[in-house]
Amino acid sequence: MPTIAHLKKGERAIIKEFPVDLVPLKLLEMGCLPGNEVALVQTAPFQDPMYLNINGSHLAIRKETASQIEIELIN
Amino acid sequence: MAKQFNVALIGNPNTGKTSVFNQLTGLNQKVGNYPGITVERKEGICKLDRGVKAHILDLPGTYSLNASSLDENVVIEVLLNKNDKDFPDVAIVVCDVENLKRNLLLFTQIKDLGIPTILAINMADRMKRKAISLQIPEMEKRLETKIALISSRKNEGFDELKELISNYKQLSTAPCVDASVIAPDYFDRLRKTFPNQDLYKLWLVITQDVNFGKLDRNAFQGVASFKTESKSNLKRLQQKETIRRYQFINETLKDTLQVDSANAKDFRSKLDRVLTHKVWGYVIFFGILLLIFQAIFDWSSYPMDFIDESFASLSEWTKNTLPKGDFTNLLAEGIISGLGGIIIFIPQIAFLFLFIAVLEESGYMSRVVFLMDRVMRRFGLSGKSVVPLVSGTACAIPAIMATRNIENWKERLITILVTPFTTCSARLPVYLIIISLVIPEERVLGIFSLQGLTLMFLYLLGFGAAILSAYLLDKVLRIKTKTFFVIEMPNYKVPMFKNVAITVIEKTKSFVLGAGKIILAISIILWVLASYGPGDFNNAEEIVRQENIGKTTSEDDIETQIASFKLENSYIGIMGKAIEPAVAPLGYDWKIGIAIVSSFAAREVFVGTLATIYSVGSEEEETIKNRMAAEVHPVSGVPRFNFASGISLLLFYAFAMQCMSTLAVVRKETNSWKWPLWQLGAMTVIAYVVALAAYQFLK
Repeated sequence: MPTIAHLKKGERAIIKEFPVDLVPLKLLEMGCLPGNEVALVQTAPFQDPMYLNINGSHLAIRKETASQIEIELIN
Repeated sequence: MAKQFNVALIGNPNTGKTSVFNQLTGLNQKVGNYPGITVERKEGICKLDRGVKAHILDLPGTYSLNASSLDENVVIEVLLNKNDKDFPDVAIVVCDVENLKRNLLLFTQIKDLGIPTILAINMADRMKRKAISLQIPEMEKRLETKIALISSRKNEGFDELKELISNYKQLSTAPCVDASVIAPDYFDRLRKTFPNQDLYKLWLVITQDVNFGKLDRNAFQGVASFKTESKSNLKRLQQKETIRRYQFINETLKDTLQVDSANAKDFRSKLDRVLTHKVWGYVIFFGILLLIFQAIFDWSSYPMDFIDESFASLSEWTKNTLPKGDFTNLLAEGIISGLGGIIIFIPQIAFLFLFIAVLEESGYMSRVVFLMDRVMRRFGLSGKSVVPLVSGTACAIPAIMATRNIENWKERLITILVTPFTTCSARLPVYLIIISLVIPEERVLGIFSLQGLTLMFLYLLGFGAAILSAYLLDKVLRIKTKTFFVIEMPNYKVPMFKNVAITVIEKTKSFVLGAGKIILAISIILWVLASYGPGDFNNAEEIVRQENIGKTTSEDDIETQIASFKLENSYIGIMGKAIEPAVAPLGYDWKIGIAIVSSFAAREVFVGTLATIYSVGSEEEETIKNRMAAEVHPVSGVPRFNFASGISLLLFYAFAMQCMSTLAVVRKETNSWKWPLWQLGAMTVIAYVVALAAYQFLK
């Protein structure tokens, strides 16, 4: 299953599932919830951290967290 | 007079909440701390119609009522405790029109607490450009609230907002989301156990690790039994609650908010493409850093020289004008010299806070965090450590407080421990005066001034020491934490002059007043210790004249000899001589020793102390610098501040932890004496050893 860490710049996807314990509540509150859309805006060198647009909110998370969140790509 | 009522200003970070606060209160505001903690407390008075006044409390920015930091705890404590003197009669939730969806999450939580709530939608001036349209009446109905469309930048909509505040009694207190549907059984049990309590409030009390000391304990007795649910179960419920709230918000916005994305001009992504670029992003960041340092050293030197000279002449004028006596001496030599040593900082501090405020306000700081995270992580820090490390160049105290948004405890602790290595503005006067004494006024390659380069080297040394010790601490400290890192990337904004000006004035004022008090007190104590003494001190004149019998010493020289004899035999001289053996290997005499000891209270005291010690016993009008340059070794005749002792002093100040206020803040932020004491011990040892090595090598 692909995760946010696999996203390429400009790609969009729908958030599927993720282990609640490994993702901070703050991220959920900023809109990172199953069913919401996510797009990769920009990455820092080595793809880490990742600058995302989740559900209209712009935020950055580390690759480690991103790789916990499963997605389904939108074509 | 009508009774004042309480208004709480609440909102996500980056919604312009502070600008709204500034617009409502003008300069009629007070900045302080919440009792016992270092969270900044801003309050002010807003004048409404018919002489009614509203007391406005600007609560710290938060994304939700699920607190993960001290700042956010404050919000919950105020909102949950009806007996708190700050408990709001009405809450204003400030939202950014471009981030309504996310901002409304907090709004729904506040509503569910049953507090009358006004929704203030800020940055309404951007709606046209972003092709956003809102159906306000429908939205008001769905959210059971009153809405004010405002623009703090254009100062629009504030009359309507004030009108709503005045009529707060007509606001609905109905909740908008029923949180209990996420786990009906669980909430049923809660309802039966606490029939008189608000359910959502109970839920918050259960899920938060907040210190509810101020809350009515009796009311919540037995709540602990509901924490039996495992932590991850509770978190799963919190996730469900968040999803439920977003469902409600999405349904509401679907019918009330339209964004014509085809028309929206995207300024942000264009800027981001450059400012967060893998190469240009870093080039621009370092360019900005260079500009900041240039401003601080070059531009502020003019007002600083002026202040230095003005105080020297003021001191001289006082001595000549007021009647001779102890009081005049105390005023001229103790107080005025001491004050001069602090006021001279104002230009630099103001410049630094100006830049930091502009970078924060514009939204650029988040990009820096994004760019630097990966690099900083190699040293056990977080991208968010960049803000403390950069603001540490102004003052370690706000810098250490700025570590609060670092989620990971280990990264946060390391940042707190290493931040005092960065060159804070209190080190500057020490550096500046010593550099001007021991580094020649020459240019390298015809452009770069040698003195400027030395100063830049000291800054790099401070950063280097911080990074290196972070790396070591990362290896040594055994703390297991999850690496959480979430940062909002806000929209770019042109900083508002009013906000920046208020920040600069407030920060400079609190620095000058805070440090000023200590410096003033120490100056007076030092002056007394230097002006009085036991035994020989009181017979100084006779002793010196006796020694000079038969010699052809001029009257002037005898006067000088008497003065220095007095100083050496004063209380401070005796104390200084006692510690001289400890500082002599570093190349210092007892006067510098005293200055170092007294500057353990705060570094900038160093210059003030020397100013006080040297001006006691000298009659001419002189700047501090000239007095220091005139000091020579009594035996060899070498200037006291020579290259070797000067470098040794610079290095000592680069590494030593000489700031009681910083130690106090570290104590508060780490909640233990262990860390500040380690910090003090380690930094002092490093400073002593490095200064010793430098002096012995260079002399």
